[in-house]
Amino acid sequence: MEQIWTGLYLIVFSVAILILISLGLAVIFGMMRVINLAQGEFIMLGAYVCVLASNAGLPLWAAYVAAALLIGLFGVLVERLIIRFLYGRIIDTLLATWGLSLFLVGVVTTLFGPQGRSVSTSFGNIALGGTNISSYNLVLIAIAVAMLAATWALARFTTFGLLVRGTMQDPTVASVLGVNRGLMYMMTFGYGSALAGLAGAVLVPITGAAPTMGVFFVAKAFITVITGGHLPLLGTMGAAGLFGTIDGIVSYVRSSVAGEVSVLIVAIALLRLLPLGITGRLRSGL
Amino acid sequence: MTVNQEFASDAAIPPRWWWWLFVAALAVTLMVMPSYVDMALQLDLSIIFILALLALSMSFLWGYAGVLSFGQTAFFGLGGYSYAVLSLNAGVTHWPFVAGILLPMLFALVLGYFMIYGRISDIYLSVITLVVTLILEKTIRSTSGPEYVIGSVRLNGQNGIPGVPSLQLPWDSAAQLSIDGVFYLSAALMLLVYVGLRLLLLAPFGRVLVGIRENERRMELLGYDSRKFKLAAFVLAAGIAALAGVLYAVWGNFVAPEMFNLNQAAQVVIWVIVGGRSTLIGPIVGTGLVQYFGNWLGTQGIGQVTLVLGLVLMLFVLVFREGLLPTIGRFLGLLGRRFRAARPA
Amino acid sequence: MRFSRRQFFHASSGALAFGSSLTLLKGVGIADTQPIKVANILDRTGGLNIYCLKQITAAAMAVDELNSAGGLLGRKIELIFYDSQSNNQLNSQYATQAFVRDKVDVLHGGVTSSSREVMRPIVDRFKGLYFYNALYEGGVCDRRHVCTGMVPAQQIEPLVDYVVGEKGAKKGYILAADYNYGQITAKWMQKFIRQRGGQDLAVEFFPLDVTNFAPVISRIQAAKPDVVWSALVGDAHMSFYRQYEATIGKKNMMLVGSTYGVGRENATLSPQENEGIIIATSFIDTLPTEAAKSFVAKFKAYSGQNDYVGEYGEYGYRGMMLWAEAVKKAGSVRPDDVIAALDGTTYNGAGGLYKIDGQTNHTTMDIHIGVGNTSQSFDVVKSFSQRAPSDTQAVCDLHKNPNDTKQYEPQL
Repeated sequence: MEQIWTGLYLIVFSVAILILISLGLAVIFGMMRVINLAQGEFIMLGAYVCVLASNAGLPLWAAYVAAALLIGLFGVLVERLIIRFLYGRIIDTLLATWGLSLFLVGVVTTLFGPQGRSVSTSFGNIALGGTNISSYNLVLIAIAVAMLAATWALARFTTFGLLVRGTMQDPTVASVLGVNRGLMYMMTFGYGSALAGLAGAVLVPITGAAPTMGVFFVAKAFITVITGGHLPLLGTMGAAGLFGTIDGIVSYVRSSVAGEVSVLIVAIALLRLLPLGITGRLRSGL
Repeated sequence: MTVNQEFASDAAIPPRWWWWLFVAALAVTLMVMPSYVDMALQLDLSIIFILALLALSMSFLWGYAGVLSFGQTAFFGLGGYSYAVLSLNAGVTHWPFVAGILLPMLFALVLGYFMIYGRISDIYLSVITLVVTLILEKTIRSTSGPEYVIGSVRLNGQNGIPGVPSLQLPWDSAAQLSIDGVFYLSAALMLLVYVGLRLLLLAPFGRVLVGIRENERRMELLGYDSRKFKLAAFVLAAGIAALAGVLYAVWGNFVAPEMFNLNQAAQVVIWVIVGGRSTLIGPIVGTGLVQYFGNWLGTQGIGQVTLVLGLVLMLFVLVFREGLLPTIGRFLGLLGRRFRAARPA
Repeated sequence: MRFSRRQFFHASSGALAFGSSLTLLKGVGIADTQPIKVANILDRTGGLNIYCLKQITAAAMAVDELNSAGGLLGRKIELIFYDSQSNNQLNSQYATQAFVRDKVDVLHGGVTSSSREVMRPIVDRFKGLYFYNALYEGGVCDRRHVCTGMVPAQQIEPLVDYVVGEKGAKKGYILAADYNYGQITAKWMQKFIRQRGGQDLAVEFFPLDVTNFAPVISRIQAAKPDVVWSALVGDAHMSFYRQYEATIGKKNMMLVGSTYGVGRENATLSPQENEGIIIATSFIDTLPTEAAKSFVAKFKAYSGQNDYVGEYGEYGYRGMMLWAEAVKKAGSVRPDDVIAALDGTTYNGAGGLYKIDGQTNHTTMDIHIGVGNTSQSFDVVKSFSQRAPSDTQAVCDLHKNPNDTKQYEPQL
């Protein structure tokens, strides 16, 4: 019985991490069909902002906010300077953002050195099913859920959300109706980047901040998003749920390598069966 | 009137006489070089030829068939590892050399069939090749334990397999290929593949490939099964990448999971883009330039080669979209036109 | 592609005076005849540089010291540095270049086992001498190769003596990095724990990029060991130490780290995360000996850096010094002469007395047990004197088989 609680917790934790790192990329991909390979580096930058803010004395929640805001702004900058010129050219965006990711890794390594840094938290641990688990992991799960909820609320209940959904559904009609497409893309990219920055900040106490951490995450995020299909929320939840469960179970039972490889194999099989992703056929929804 | 006849749009035109002269001059230079150049430089140049082969495989697939595959490094690694495992087990090197090329091609056949006959679209195909490379790298890295053995050869996981034998001379199996032997071999193979690919585009196969890249539906309506051609191109490119992998193993006498790395894959993409993806000579030049540049940067203490490489990639995607050589070619063409226009009528 | 020592200092925010500038040399009376050339191939950039940066400086410091004391055999020493950028391909190219173009008399360098295995055949081909200044999994039997760092038996046996024997922590749970070093170290842990009457409840391996240790921490808690043995390596694995402290806590269950500290993890983790981790090492900054203190002070003055120096830094220095001692003993820099003089060469260094064992070309050294403290460093609690590289001695005998070049898997 205890094992079941532990197993459930591990699955939920796995899913939450996937959601954290993928949601930003999913929003960007769902809206703009842009594969931003620098998303991992946005997460990394968010982690560094959190470390720097914490070391400067800010409380943890303020560091989160700082990371989200700063990386969001950075995202807007990237969109204006790079992505804007590559609309519609999916492969070129992929390559340009890949170049950006290499560049960012290089810059951070030069500025901060290659060794990892971290922030300690004093959340302690609580007992679950006969063993201890770090309470911070529960905080992470809560934030992942909050991210999903906030994105959904934003899309569903605000004018901005309405305009975004309209532009996603049919950009031409939206612009005919007077929506400033460029502005929509810019804000969406900014929002996706802010989500990534927040993800990085939240992950810091667990994984630390190192210049190459983005590389670990971007592949997983990429695969989750592509498998999820074009609807950001449903797609991410579906793919993250599936992969998180597989990873959680297999890595608990066998090893983490087996878990990761299983996820990758299932991803390939899924893409073969559903070439447009899990939500590929769905017309409406978020 | 374009200066550089290498452009894909002119693929069907046989190469001009001066192209043949260029190739011959290159061949002669390369054959003569070892007498004038020390062993260390031969080693440096050989690796550039070998990596250029890898770049050629990608640019062939991408520039001419329109398929962006991140998986070339997968075949590169598989080729190297196949050769390493087979030659260490067998004690001879001639058939492992061939097997090292054929086995990855077989794998490419299966993978390619799965993807191309499954009508998976461009971006998802690229993603799958990326995922396959990741899977291979992760799997190989996890084979450190003593139970991962093929024949008598430990896969060694993270550390890779050292002590891979050099090629034995076919006429004297006790003797091994020396450093200048490796130089000759890699230079010769690179030239052969380059010329071969260029001439391939004269054949119907090549022209159909370019047609598919331009407009797949049109070719299908004309009666060509685009899947067969794409698959053939995919397998051929895999073979070239595998050849590069085998040569790498022969060159360095080691293979390692880094061959499958995403970093390595990114490097290949960068070489091809810098050189020019719609040409064949471009990637060769791109490889040489970027490798040399990277080495030079390292010695200047600039520190982070990735930083500069990233900038280069962004620059080339945004500004020099077609790569160095075509841009230069066009620039020269523009000059030519202005010059002609300026003459009195 | 080559990088003379002078350029290096300019590039690294040149803080330092040239020990071997011509005026200084003339002042000490060194004739400016042909210099002795030493190659140092290490990763100054790339992911592996966290292990190398201190070693690069320490090696340069050693050469400068030797030069200002009159050089070696009356000749000045020229250090040629190559940055292999954490890329094995470059290790191959630079090693060849060092022998063919730069004609060096000795090669120092390489940090990973794969880089060593790439360079060793090249050293053999050109009949040179290679000093591998790093800790590794043991078993290399090659007269042209000298290892100045720890091998598993030297480190694990004293650790087990202390933890299982003295502290009575009998039941252990082993975690290791999933590659050769981790695999072999884990085996040695199992062997010595069982020999000492303890029990290894489980062994688990983790690829180098794993950061989520929640599953295994749950499994550890279910198994209820007395102590957790970690042979985890690298940046990503550092998060294990964070997560362990956050969940289990070293107060409740002991934690031993065989490679902890090598990547200067103590400088990165928080004081609480560092506190209590038990290590065995041949050098830490806080060794209470005069030699250690003066080495650390010397290093800080030379480099202008104030942070933790650590084991790998000191390896770079001791490697150069041991080679110098062998050269003096042999009276020549020719590799074969120096190799003949290696057996019994000693140097009194920051970690104690080092002695090269001619049977294996590895180094006997003092091993110190340290416990992490709250000042991001370690307190030395016990020292074991002159531990020999017994794992390699069991499989390698260069006196009997001088032409051996194999790396043996220690038989367990």
